[in-house]
Amino acid sequence: MPLFSFVIRRLLQMIPTVIFILVVTFVLVRMLPGDPASAMLGDRARDADVNRINHELGLDQPLIVQFFYFAERVVTGDLGNSIGLKVSVASLIADRLPVTLMLTVMSAVIALVLSVPLAFVAAMKREKLADSVIRGTFQVGLSMPVFYVGIILLTVFAAQWKLFPVGGYGTTLPDKLYHLFLPALTLALSFAAVLMRNLRASIINVMNAEYVDFAIAKGLRSRVIMIKHILRNALISTVTLFGLQIGTLFGGAVITETVFAVPGAGRLLIDSIYGRDYPVLQGLTISLAVLVSLTFLVTDILQAWLDPRIAR
Amino acid sequence: MTASTVPTSLPQTAPGLLVRGLTTTFDTSRGVAIAAADVDFDVAPGEVVGLVGESGSGKSVTLRSIMRLIREPGKVTGRVEWGGRDLVAMPAEELRRVRGGEIAMIFQEPMTALNPVLPIGAQIEENLVAHTDLNRRQRRERALELMNIVGIPAPERRLDEYPHQFSGGMRQRAMIAIALACSPKLLLADEPTTALDVTIQDQILKLLLDLRDRMAMSVVLVTHDLGVVAATCDRMAVMYAGRIVETGTVADVFACPNHPYTRGLLGSVPRSGQSRTMLQSIDGTPPNLTDLPDGCAFHPRCSFATEICLKQRPPLDLVGTDGRRAACHHHERVAAAEPIL
Ligand SMILES: Nc1ncnc2c1ncn2[C@@H]1O[C@H](COP(=O)(O)OP(=O)(O)OP(=O)(O)O)[C@@H](O)[C@H]1O
Ligand SMILES: [Mg+2]
Repeated sequence: MPLFSFVIRRLLQMIPTVIFILVVTFVLVRMLPGDPASAMLGDRARDADVNRINHELGLDQPLIVQFFYFAERVVTGDLGNSIGLKVSVASLIADRLPVTLMLTVMSAVIALVLSVPLAFVAAMKREKLADSVIRGTFQVGLSMPVFYVGIILLTVFAAQWKLFPVGGYGTTLPDKLYHLFLPALTLALSFAAVLMRNLRASIINVMNAEYVDFAIAKGLRSRVIMIKHILRNALISTVTLFGLQIGTLFGGAVITETVFAVPGAGRLLIDSIYGRDYPVLQGLTISLAVLVSLTFLVTDILQAWLDPRIAR
Repeated sequence: MTASTVPTSLPQTAPGLLVRGLTTTFDTSRGVAIAAADVDFDVAPGEVVGLVGESGSGKSVTLRSIMRLIREPGKVTGRVEWGGRDLVAMPAEELRRVRGGEIAMIFQEPMTALNPVLPIGAQIEENLVAHTDLNRRQRRERALELMNIVGIPAPERRLDEYPHQFSGGMRQRAMIAIALACSPKLLLADEPTTALDVTIQDQILKLLLDLRDRMAMSVVLVTHDLGVVAATCDRMAVMYAGRIVETGTVADVFACPNHPYTRGLLGSVPRSGQSRTMLQSIDGTPPNLTDLPDGCAFHPRCSFATEICLKQRPPLDLVGTDGRRAACHHHERVAAAEPIL
């Protein structure tokens, strides 16, 4: 089965990627000015205290020693303990990452639900009023910063109309979805704009293909022509873009979580940067990187399924 | 020469295809291109009509216009009657049932006409979904049967393969299988055998003739190959710059061309008519469709041309029996000229 070996091959290709990310994360984290001890003790810390804490954390060792120590633990699945919060990084991530994951998945779904039908309408009514309105609206959405859109939605839908909570996170699943809706929508708008634009162009391109004429000549129903012949082919390039944009979406999640006070990985990431909490920072970066790599894998599989010419 | 057992002239009420004044224009940046102009022809049930002409003469455009496949900014006027109904004015759902069900089309380029992301089997079966009530198993059986009919080996496996896994010849056959899926009454075949080698070409043409005999299927066969016309067609129409310039039974036209362009085309075929030579180009180039010469469009390349040919366009007039027509002011002179075959 070609698809199966394709997946195995892609999984193996992820190994060097992860190693690379491990190194980059380790180096980048240590390139931040300051260190955990200074962050913990504040501006008036005495050098002796700083040195003592750094020694306890093993941060006075040569970098290369620190790296192998770090890599060895990561390989065994141990991400260490948070310097500031005194709990294991793994449990912190297990707590916060699913929130971010849910937020991004929700916003990806919203973006798809918004962009696919609208891209279709825009492509069908090319250069007509509907097309201009759809493209114009998305263009406005695209040109506004995420935090600004978030604040507007928050003010209108949550503060004034009280349709949604102002922030936070629920306990039950429906409650969580309800709390995450506005942040997910915020995040989805610019994503939807990018997808819509790409899909519209792609649909217009595919509509002119000979095989669409042939499908019409076969007397197929227009629903079949649109979904099986036009959309299926048009989605191939959009799925690539979708995968590439997932990283951006995680980045946007950090900002959105801050605006809507969602206790997700984004907030944790910012806190750990301020606290120079190296283990948390490293753990989170690696988890996010693996997550993004997995999304790439999923989009690759999706693409191989959409386009049989790839998985060979 | 022709294998026809079907009468070649029919009363106006007969079922079949009746094309009248079909005109297709495209708005281009260089002006309005008239790709098909005032095209008239009939196809009786069970009849095979050959459509020949140089590249760019409007053969594909004519077939597409019949199927209403011309898109904006193209414009189609005229009448296309099928079984007494006008396809040009037909409502969408009725037209959908005619397309693929009653009239099928084989596209010129199978590489681009097949959907690259669907298995061949699915592309055959979706025709059956659109026009029959066959269930899944019956559709699969019919697809297998069609693959056998067009001579694709290992059909079980091939049904699940994609167009890119097929060779050029096999793609062409798959295309034909798709077109034949719902046993159409009329097949518009745009150069169905061009990509195939001679033996396979013969098989496919035999197959088409066989279907014609068994199911009274009519065929419009576009080809560059006059040998193919001689071997398979009952009647033929010659196109030049978007117009039909000569039409009649294959025997009549071959025996005595009435248009200088037809005469030129036939001049390139060896006397025996057996060897398959491609149409040899006649001196000069086809005219620009956005800027056709006044009078007869062929006059700049014509050795028979006189004053009148530069001023007045010759109508496609009857020049004999059996629907024999030619559009030439000097058709008598052309017919009387030294025979070329
Ligand atoms: N969509 C279009 N827009 C503009 N011009 C077109 C369009 N489609 C066809 N034409 C023009 O119409 C003319 C006739 O084209 P057509 O494809 O019918 O030729 P043909 O006789 O089938 O030639 P060939 O033997 O090469 O297939 C050509 O000059 C072509 O450029
Ligand atoms: Mg053509």
